[in-house]
Amino acid sequence: MPLLKIDQLSKRYGTDKYALDSIDFTVETGEFVAIIGPSGAGKSTLLRCINHMIPMSSGDVVFADASTKSFNATQLRAHRTQIGMIFQHYNLVNRLSVIENVLHGRLGYKSTAAGVMGWYSNAEKQQAVEILQNLGLSDHMYKRCDQLSGGQKQRVGIARALIQNPKLLLCDEPIASLDPSAAKIIMDTLKDINQRLGITIIVNLHQVDVAMRYAQRIIGINSGKIVCDAAPDALTPTIIHEVYGSEAGELILDFGEQYAQA
Amino acid sequence: MILVNNMHKLDFFTQKRLSFGLFVMVLIVLTYATIIFTEYNVAKGFTSIPKAVRWATANFYPDAAAIKKLPAILAKLSDTILMSVASATVASFFAFFVAIFGAQTTRINVWFSVFARGIATVFRNIDVSAWALILLFSFGQSSFTGYFALFFVTFGFMVRVLIETIDEVSTDSVEALRATGASYFTIIAQSVIPSCLPQLVSWVLFMIETNIRSATLVGILTGTGIGYSFDIYYKSLNYHAASLVIVVIVLSVLAIEAVSNWIRRAVL
Repeated sequence: MPLLKIDQLSKRYGTDKYALDSIDFTVETGEFVAIIGPSGAGKSTLLRCINHMIPMSSGDVVFADASTKSFNATQLRAHRTQIGMIFQHYNLVNRLSVIENVLHGRLGYKSTAAGVMGWYSNAEKQQAVEILQNLGLSDHMYKRCDQLSGGQKQRVGIARALIQNPKLLLCDEPIASLDPSAAKIIMDTLKDINQRLGITIIVNLHQVDVAMRYAQRIIGINSGKIVCDAAPDALTPTIIHEVYGSEAGELILDFGEQYAQA
Repeated sequence: MILVNNMHKLDFFTQKRLSFGLFVMVLIVLTYATIIFTEYNVAKGFTSIPKAVRWATANFYPDAAAIKKLPAILAKLSDTILMSVASATVASFFAFFVAIFGAQTTRINVWFSVFARGIATVFRNIDVSAWALILLFSFGQSSFTGYFALFFVTFGFMVRVLIETIDEVSTDSVEALRATGASYFTIIAQSVIPSCLPQLVSWVLFMIETNIRSATLVGILTGTGIGYSFDIYYKSLNYHAASLVIVVIVLSVLAIEAVSNWIRRAVL
């Protein structure tokens, strides 16, 4: 049984052309999937339709055997608690401490009263501390997030997603604002989460070489349509040209070869 | 039309110089026209400045008799300050809730947003003295009139700036908390309020300062507070006491500005 089934998913903003056009694919539990494609292809929209941050126009997202199409507000909140999300700009509350930001991941499980007051159980606090230790952030636990580097902020973002005990992690360009070494740490962390905790990961990426190195499966999107869906080693230059258009394809492949030799 | 066509043929810099020259000429013509219209004597206007200074130094300073009125003046001053603080804080409290409905990040739907921005515009664009005169009919010469005049203007201003603040500083983290499944009020409490707090405090302090300045004018109109003291002393030709009122107002505004700067630094 697949964890996630995207069924004829379409999204249209107003009367513009389709941002997503009849997208169809399934993701098994434990998979590490990368979605690649040029800017504006619909990668972010696709990710946000999975947890209904953007309402879909037609089709369905079936998650853990449940159709999410006609969820009401309460069901939608419960759906979102199962799915962690990681953002390009980290989306932390910068004035709050690291541990407070991590605990925000538990808010989806709380009643409005407990959420507004910020009441967290000891077990939740304990878990936050453990996650931060695993991600190498125990020294920064009580620092304000605006004092951290980009890579550290993204790890706080990952910790906030992990404390949700999610079945699925959606990562929207997680390394697009990071330098190469911080980017590597983040991608290694995601790989580790995928393998050690068995959490399914879908990640939007701009870097084809990174996608090829880390993902088990690559989905290429262009103009709201799936252009390819294959294992990294099956990704031929022709396919990449098709995803990105010819000239960009050459540049990306050159980089890919350089990395392969290194 | 001919002028415009010719200007197109000239080079860029000549064109700029011409349009600046035109602007200066319009300014001179306007000034000259108003001088003639109001029968203002320029020479007499300037020569009367030394005379005004001489009068002020001879009469407009606090003397020993005026100092005796200090306790009464200070009592009125504290009325005015309390009214300004109360109107600024209470109006900001209500403005924050309206701003949440008005901000794009946190609005419930578009109509709430349009409504919130609409009432903010109405309250903000009617001047505080106009509000005081309007409210004079309802509440007469009482502290209520001044309080509500300051309240309405603060409310309109704060709704506007808080809408901008919310959209500027909390959009990203609101998205993140929505994605965790947090409820609407949880998101407000855990993301919007902590993100906006420094700006919120800063704007409230700014409005307290502004209101103390406006309260003096409002006091003259509504017959309350320090503004009324000034009005009474001035009209009864007690210039020494009136000047003491001015000195007290200036000192209190400076003191409050110093305090609010200190609080701002502490919060940030």
